[in-house]
This record gives sequence, structure tokens and C-alpha cells, in this order.
Amino acid sequence: MKYLFKSISFLTLVALTWAMTSCGGGNQGGAANNNSGSALGKSTAERVFVAPGELDEFYGFISGGFSGQLAVYGLPSGRLFKVIPVFSQDGEKAYGYNEETKAMLQTSHGFIPWDDSHHPDISQTNGELDGRWVFINANNTPRIARVSLETFETEEIIEIPNSAGNHSSAFVTENTEYVVAGTRFGVPIPQRDMSIEDYKGNFKAALSFVKVDQETGHMNIAFQVLMPGFDYDLTHPGRGKSHGWMFFSTYNTEEANSLLEVNASQNDKDFIAAVNWKKAEEYIAAGKGKKMPAKYAHNVYDEATHTATSTMENEVLTLDASELPGLVYFLPTPKSPHGCDVDPTGEYIVGNGKLAASLTVHSFTKMQQAIKDKAFDGDAYGIPILKFEAVNAGTVVQPGLGPLHTEFDGKGNAYTTFFISSEVVKWKLGTWEVLDRKPTYYSVGHLMIPGGNSRKPFGKYLVAMNKITKDRYLPTGPEVCQSAQLYDITGDKMEMLLDFPTVGEPHYAAGCPASLLMKNSRKIFKLEDNKHPYAAKSESEAKVVRKGKNVHIYMTMIRSHFAPDNIEGIKVGDKVFFHVTNLEQDYDVPHGISMLGANTSELLIMPGQTETLVWEPKEVGVWPFYCTDFCSALHQEMQGYVRVSPAGSNVPLKWSLDGEWNQ
Amino acid sequence: MRKINFLALFLFTFLLVSCGGEANNATGNEPSQKAAPAKEESGVVKGQAYVQDGVSEKNALQVAASLDDFSTLAKAVMAAGVENALANNGPLTVFAPVNEAFAKLPEGTVETLLKPENKAKLAFILVNHVAPSNYPIETLEKNIEKGRKLFMASGEYLPVEKKGDDIYVGGTKILKSVKVSNGWIHVIGDVLVPAEK
Repeated sequence: MKYLFKSISFLTLVALTWAMTSCGGGNQGGAANNNSGSALGKSTAERVFVAPGELDEFYGFISGGFSGQLAVYGLPSGRLFKVIPVFSQDGEKAYGYNEETKAMLQTSHGFIPWDDSHHPDISQTNGELDGRWVFINANNTPRIARVSLETFETEEIIEIPNSAGNHSSAFVTENTEYVVAGTRFGVPIPQRDMSIEDYKGNFKAALSFVKVDQETGHMNIAFQVLMPGFDYDLTHPGRGKSHGWMFFSTYNTEEANSLLEVNASQNDKDFIAAVNWKKAEEYIAAGKGKKMPAKYAHNVYDEATHTATSTMENEVLTLDASELPGLVYFLPTPKSPHGCDVDPTGEYIVGNGKLAASLTVHSFTKMQQAIKDKAFDGDAYGIPILKFEAVNAGTVVQPGLGPLHTEFDGKGNAYTTFFISSEVVKWKLGTWEVLDRKPTYYSVGHLMIPGGNSRKPFGKYLVAMNKITKDRYLPTGPEVCQSAQLYDITGDKMEMLLDFPTVGEPHYAAGCPASLLMKNSRKIFKLEDNKHPYAAKSESEAKVVRKGKNVHIYMTMIRSHFAPDNIEGIKVGDKVFFHVTNLEQDYDVPHGISMLGANTSELLIMPGQTETLVWEPKEVGVWPFYCTDFCSALHQEMQGYVRVSPAGSNVPLKWSLDGEWNQ
Repeated sequence: MRKINFLALFLFTFLLVSCGGEANNATGNEPSQKAAPAKEESGVVKGQAYVQDGVSEKNALQVAASLDDFSTLAKAVMAAGVENALANNGPLTVFAPVNEAFAKLPEGTVETLLKPENKAKLAFILVNHVAPSNYPIETLEKNIEKGRKLFMASGEYLPVEKKGDDIYVGGTKILKSVKVSNGWIHVIGDVLVPAEK
């Protein structure tokens, strides 16, 4: 044991020495105060300190990974503002619990309370962030969600059929024409009962192009490109000159169905699949698309009714890449590439080969020429494989170990994360030379520069998202938080400024200047626009209506009481619907309600909004309810009672506020 | 709206002046006295009275400040430093004296109360006009019916009476009622001076 410790210490010493040498004594990120290299001469702490009452410069939208949600942070402070529930029920906001939002989590497999959210991407116009929506994918049960950047709420979720593990998603094209969903797993299409061992050559993979209505944001699956059954990992859109193309990284071109950690690492090169979606549109216009039966849920939240509906769709249009020339080309790329990133000019396509010793960069211009010259190296299932030399622009030689993802600063530099060597490496587009490297703590996955996936990145900060933290924070048992690290990238050398814990797994992120969203952020819902069928828009509309065993309470809330707050005539065996409207028309005055014994939900209701919980009283008695949001000075007085009588009792249904009984 | 902006500007200037000496003392040995609203260490002056979102219904402070009839009240609120309380979530009910109500007071009273050394006294008088709850007219009428008391933020109880169709609070008639985002304003024609203790 002693020997082991000694050897670890020795190893640490070596590593530290190496790090110090290789980084030229730069900021190691551990120091709270570091004046070196800062153009402004401010301490590191000052550069991330957002004084009380002041506001952050950027929004960061960091996915929660296995939490299924999307968290909103301020940058540079790293302060958490909101967790937007997307693919998981949320006990804070009643998302997926109240009657209005249960439909959002419906799928062709039924109600799914928890998924895995991965890659947020902000909508674009002319290749620049426009701040309308952020899209994010559910990885497990394939779906794409659209989140409004006015309300910061999930407005729509569409399921992706013929897909399994919706990983290479949810990235937008440069006018948000499409949001894209590429399958991670090859599967039988259509799904059927067959032997797993017959995978090779028989499984297929769907790359889905989801059309976005530019007015409403509503999504529909325009078409799916059916591909060989490889694993499709990540994707990014062409932009500028390469607009009209979408680039997907692949791994497991070996088509292994077991022990992929070995069997999917046999080929020297996998592919980046270049999909010409404008060509796809031409083929569809020419009637080459094939409709096939498919079952998938389409869930839309209506802001007027404050209610979501779920519709089951039954058909999807497909294009078979093996049969349609010019639709897809393969760019050979070593070695199980993960990130597939396009620079702001649209010229360079970076393949982050997870297991490769070097980073591979392809040229869009060369790719066009190679297609023209038919510089093919055979084909895979009828899809031409372009010659590596004919498309390759250059190679960043031995930049680190385990490259995952590259983003850009808009000044000709690229930044790549390396999982195995736990570092971010800055390199130059065109010369491919490594300019700087900084450690991360530890095992970084993706990184984000605000606007990094666009023609116009805001190259001031870089956020690296780490999988492992070990000794970075106070320990909290076996499960410790994951983290994000903020770097200043304005100088020649990157500087780590801040290290902050995150919600769930900070898998991937999108960011934009605060000024793009702040002015549009919604403050209240107008009561006059509330079209919820059970809304009570004033206390005079408050009432209780019995329909058989269903009892509907039209309830209002305002500082600091419910109307009604006394209800009698409820019986054991009834199903009681609390439809509760927040009458406030004042920013930041939500109310909550909880009913003792209610199994479905508590509610948190924004000004002008109506939400519903169901309570099925099981015991005779007088049971209280109260406001759960500290709304006002008399919040604790905001409470009421429901009298529950035995089944078959003839206590009349009546309700009151301040002793004025109605029935 | 213009009035509110003016008020905000006035307040801002007032605070800058009143806090001017404070920053210098911050490192000294004297315990720094807090002005309301507090000037935070960053130098940013903030308080709920200063939040304007352009969408919400107006709160009691904003409504009072927007009407010419309440210019004396608005001035007094600022001098007493209770503006954030009137913009707070509440709920609250303000019995708001019009300018003539202040004019009815013995000569020199208002001027004396507005002096900085009388800030606490002024604040006490002002909060004697605020009930920390929601009191629409119907609820006040019910107070009479049920013999309930009207508790004021000053700690005093005010009598509520009905004479003919009119409601009287603390002996003065409610002239008009306005719903505000954080409660109610009832307009009155007299200042409700609490009994000296």
C-alpha cells in the first residue's frame, strides 16, 4: 500500500512537472488570483465577479444530460438561473405532473417520465443566432424539443421514428430551415422481430430532417434519409458556401453488434457523411420520396390554453441514400469520430476522431471538386466514398488524446477538447499548428463558445464541460457534481477564470449574448388572453361544479387568498380537479398550491396562468390546502379547507370565501 | 409615466447625495448608517421601487406617484424612505391622503416632518395609512358587519364605519378606490395622524 501511494505521488509529480513545462507556466486554474496575461490587468476573480445587482454578459444553456433538462446559467459568473424542464418531470414547476403538461411526455411507447437530454442549439437566421428558440434532443427515446426563449418553457416535442438513440441532434441549419436528428443505433427499419446477429447489412439508420415553421416554430418531420446501419454520432450544418449540406460523423462502420469497444475500433477510418439536403428537396419534389408507416407522438403546448396536446402521427417520408445518386457522400475520417464541426466560413469540416492520434480536417471546396472529378474510393452500400487525399485539408498532428469536439472563435482559431488528456487545445485553421493548451479538471467532454455553431461566434469565453470532478469540490458522498470551466480566450493564451458545478451531466451547451434575449423575456401571461377552458378570470367566476364523480373547482389566487377557500360536499371516491388561475398581473408573483393527499402534483402558477391538479380523497375529514410559493407577506395566511364526507353522503356541494357561501 | 421617471430620477439623485459620504466611511471605524434603499457595496442603487418592466399592472407606489393629487404624499414617502415598502409584494391597502389633506394640517407641520431628523416620525405617520392586507371596499364593509378590526402597519387599529353609502376609516371618508397590483388604494381627505405615545 505504501509503495502504491509513493508511486502515485511520483506520478503526480511527473504529471505536474510536465503540465507546467508544456504550458509555459501559464494559469493552472487552481489559483484564485492571477494577474498574468490579462490585458485589463484585472485579477481572475474580478473578471468573473458580477456584482450584486449587475447582470451577466451571456446566457449559457447547458443540457443536464441524464437529468433530461436544460439549465440556464449566466456567464461569466456561472450562476444558475433556471432549470427548464424538457424531457423529465419536474417537481419544481409541476411539468409532466400537472394535467396541462402530462401530454408533453407522451410517446409512441406511452408516458415517459425521464429521458436523457444532450445537445441544445439556438435558432439561426442567415447563419447568426436569432434568439427565437433553443432546440434539444432526447437521446434515449428519440425526440426533439423546442424551447421558447421568450417564456423559457418547452413548447413542443416531436418524436423521431425509425431512430434509436437520437444522438446526432438537435442542430439547426443556418436559417433554421431544419433541425436534424441522426440515429445513434442502426436498427431494423421498420422494426421487426429478427436475430441481432443478422445486424450487418440488414439494419438501417435514419437521418431525420425536421422542418421548422418560421412563424410558429412548429416542427414536422419533412423526410428521413435511410442510411447503412452505422452509428451516427454528431452533426453540424454547412454554412455560407456549404449551406445546404449537413455533415454527420459515424462510428461502428464495422457494423458490430457486440463489444463495440473492441469490435467498432477495427477500421482505420470511419466516415463523415455529407448529406445534400437541397438535393433531398429536389428528389422529394420529383416524387422520389417513399411514404412508410411510422408511429410517433407530436406534442404541442398551446400558450393560450396553457395546455399541451399529444397527437399520434402515422407516416413518414423516406429517401433511400443507396438508391439516390448525389444525396450522400462519405468522407473517410479516422477513427470513430465524435464531434463533426464546421468552421464559421463553412469551408472546414473537423472530424474529432476519438481514437485517432491526430485531428482530421476536410475541405468543402475540395469535396466539391472530388465529387465533380468522381474521385471515389469505392462505395459503401451504393454510397460513394470520396478519396481521403481528395477531400482532406490538413491534419493537426498529435494535439492530444481523445479529441471530442471543436468550436471556433471567429478569428481563425479552433478549440478542441481532449477527454483522455483532460485539456482544451487551441490551434490555427489553415496552418494546423497548435497554439496553446490548458488543462481541464477533469475529462472534458464538449465545449462551448457562444455562437460557436454559427457564422458569427462571440469569441470571448469558452466553457469546457467536465465529466469528472473528484477533488474539485466539497465531497457529497459517492455522487459528486460534474462541472463547467470558463476560459477567457481573448488573448493568445487561454486563461481559466472559473470552475462551477452544474446540474446533472453538463453534456453540451449553447450560448448567446444576454442582449439577444433579455428584451424579449416574458414577464406575465395576460389574463385576457387566457383561453384555458377551466380558467376563472375573476373571483366572481370562481365556482365548483359536480359532473358525476368528477368535481371541477374553478379557483383563483391573488395576494393573499384563494377563492373559494372553503369547500364542502366532496365525497370519498370523487375525483376533484383543482383548476387554479393566478389572477396576478404583476411580474415575478407566482403562487403555488398543494392539497394534502393529492397524488398527482403540486402546482406553481405564473401570473395569468391556469394549471390543474387532480385529488382523489380517500379519507373522510376536513383537509387543508395552501400556497406553496412564498408570494407575499401574508403567504402563510393563504390557505383553505375542503370537507370530505363519506361516499353517498348528502352534504350539499357549496363553497365560500370569507363566509359568503355559494352552491 | 413621465412622472414616474421624474420620481425615479429624483430618488436617484437624493440617494446619491445622501449616500455620498458613506462610501468614504466604509473603511473607517464608524458603523455606517444605512440609507434606504440600501446602496450596495458595488455602488449599484437598487430596490423594488426602481423596477419598471413596462408590462405589469402598476403597484401602489407607481399609482400614487402618477397622480397630481398625491404629490405631497409622494414627497413624504420618499423623505421617509418607505417607497420600497409600497412597491413590495404586499398585499397592502393604502389610505392615501390627497394634497389638500396635508394642507389641512397646522401650518409648518409638513415642512417639519420632511426634515431629515423627523424621518422616523414621518415614517410612522405614513405607515399608519397602510393596512398590511387586501381590503377592497366589500371587505371593509364586511369588517363593519362582523365587527372586525382594521390593523395598520403602524401597529394601530383604525375604526371603520358606514355612514349612509359612505365608508369612513379613522373618521375620514373614502372618496375613491383604485385596484393596484399589490393591493388597493383608497383615497381620503384627511391625514390619519396616530395618537402620540
